Amino acid sequence: MESALKTAFPFIVYSVGILLAFQGVLMIVAYTVLAERKVLGWIQGRIGPNRVGPWGVLQPFADLLKFIFKEDIVPDKSTRFVYFLAPLVALTCALLPIVVYPFGPRIADPLGWLVPYVTDWPTLGPAISWIAEQARNMPLTIAQIDVGVLFVLGITSVGVYGIALAGWSSNSKYSLMGGLRSSAQMISYELAMGASVLGVVMLAGTLDLNGIIHAQITSPFRWYIIPQFIGFVVFLIAAFAETNRVPFDLPEAETELVAGFHTEYSALKFALFFMAEYVNMFTVSVMCTVLFLGGWYVPGLSHIFEPGSIPYALVSHVAFIGKICAFLFFYIWVRGTLPRFRFDQLMNFGWKFLLPLALANVIVTIFVVYLLNS
Amino acid sequence: MASTVLFFLFAGFAIACAISMVYHKNPLYSAISLVGVFIALSCIYVTLAAPFIAAVQILIYAGAIMVLVVFVIMLLNLDEDKPLNRLRYLYAVGGGLGLILLVQTFFIFYAVMRAPQQSVDVEQTAGKTLSIGQAMYTEYLLPVEIVGVLLLMAIIGGVILVRRLEPGQLRLVVNEELDRRNEEQEKDDFRVAL
Repeated sequence: MESALKTAFPFIVYSVGILLAFQGVLMIVAYTVLAERKVLGWIQGRIGPNRVGPWGVLQPFADLLKFIFKEDIVPDKSTRFVYFLAPLVALTCALLPIVVYPFGPRIADPLGWLVPYVTDWPTLGPAISWIAEQARNMPLTIAQIDVGVLFVLGITSVGVYGIALAGWSSNSKYSLMGGLRSSAQMISYELAMGASVLGVVMLAGTLDLNGIIHAQITSPFRWYIIPQFIGFVVFLIAAFAETNRVPFDLPEAETELVAGFHTEYSALKFALFFMAEYVNMFTVSVMCTVLFLGGWYVPGLSHIFEPGSIPYALVSHVAFIGKICAFLFFYIWVRGTLPRFRFDQLMNFGWKFLLPLALANVIVTIFVVYLLNS
Repeated sequence: MASTVLFFLFAGFAIACAISMVYHKNPLYSAISLVGVFIALSCIYVTLAAPFIAAVQILIYAGAIMVLVVFVIMLLNLDEDKPLNRLRYLYAVGGGLGLILLVQTFFIFYAVMRAPQQSVDVEQTAGKTLSIGQAMYTEYLLPVEIVGVLLLMAIIGGVILVRRLEPGQLRLVVNEELDRRNEEQEKDDFRVAL
């Protein structure tokens, strides 16, 4: 019994970690939707949602309930299997990168303070001591993989299928146009995005997200937003296009395409696409924070708390979420401010301006890194 | 133990997707199945301690190449269930090739059984990014350069084939050249006739 529990322990820990991380991210995403409606309201001189709960804080749950209880319409001429598969692919690919997010620094001894209180307890005491022993040097990342950057880029690039297949399987001209536009746009801007990440990877010398944060940890002037400012701008613009947000929301341009690729989707299946879009926003915000703003690193915090202690990790984690929320606010702000591009403008901008700029940045970075190392 | 279970899970998924890819007549279903194969393979690479290859497999094959394939299929929007009677004779060829593949598979099983047992050490660095980079730019520099030049040629070829010559009209450069030669030939013929 005891040995079986000890064998199962890592699986239990990973399950709990995955559950907590996914739940946390989904809550942030739900409140991003509310924040978007509120901030857009203020930008346009309105109040925004304020009926459900005080200040409208229960609005996301009301929206979810509404999505669940709406009529689920399936078009007759749709390709059934692909039609149902598409929203699942979109949301799965949006959620999967969560497993490599570096939510905070390692905690040296997270449960050590508990051990003195429980040593006298008959059976539970040794168990808790054993768990505390196992929890030493706990990372705040679910999966520590060597190629975190590539993993995130790869999974988000698979997310295109969700939108493309949704457009194709709905058997509607608006959906098809939306799906085609979206795939073309995402393929084009993926190149610029990958090239802008390359500069950071070369400076940090690693593809591991935690390694990239550790490379920026010496001072805020080492944050890659300063040496890689062009890369940062390219990444930010490409991120807007990758997540199909204003000013690049051509796939769902309502004046031309009704609602784009999700015209024929209703009820919970539409909610899945909607959630996928906002989770993708969260993902690119995390990538921006980790690659260019030092991730969870707070300048000067190591002078106040000892690195590896619980308060250090907590403050770092809050700072990480704060930086992400700043990016999410920027998204909403841009949505309230800018008009939409035309499709040929979007393609010209991506291929003839953004990609050459990113490649030039890569070449300059190669020379600088070579000169610094030699 | 756990890795064996995972291997059979992903291998089974890969084989199922491969069969479905060949079986389906709708090209889009085949493309989706192929994406499934790539994802299953990349999961197997992860269990074999090669995360870089796994990530690149997803990023390039599933994320870039197959997206283009799906894009083309969506643009063409082919009809389902076209009768393919004129390809009947290919069944025999396919059967023969399949038999050879099966024999090869059994030969690999045989060779593996004969070989001394080796367990994969998860901590080894063979699949890590650093070792792959070092191997590519020292030991295998020449092949990498050759592949680079080849890819560059392919890119230039692609650009030339679809180059826009007149506004609003896509024409092949080859056709242009042929037209020009035909015109010259006609002029020459005209001169000879004169």
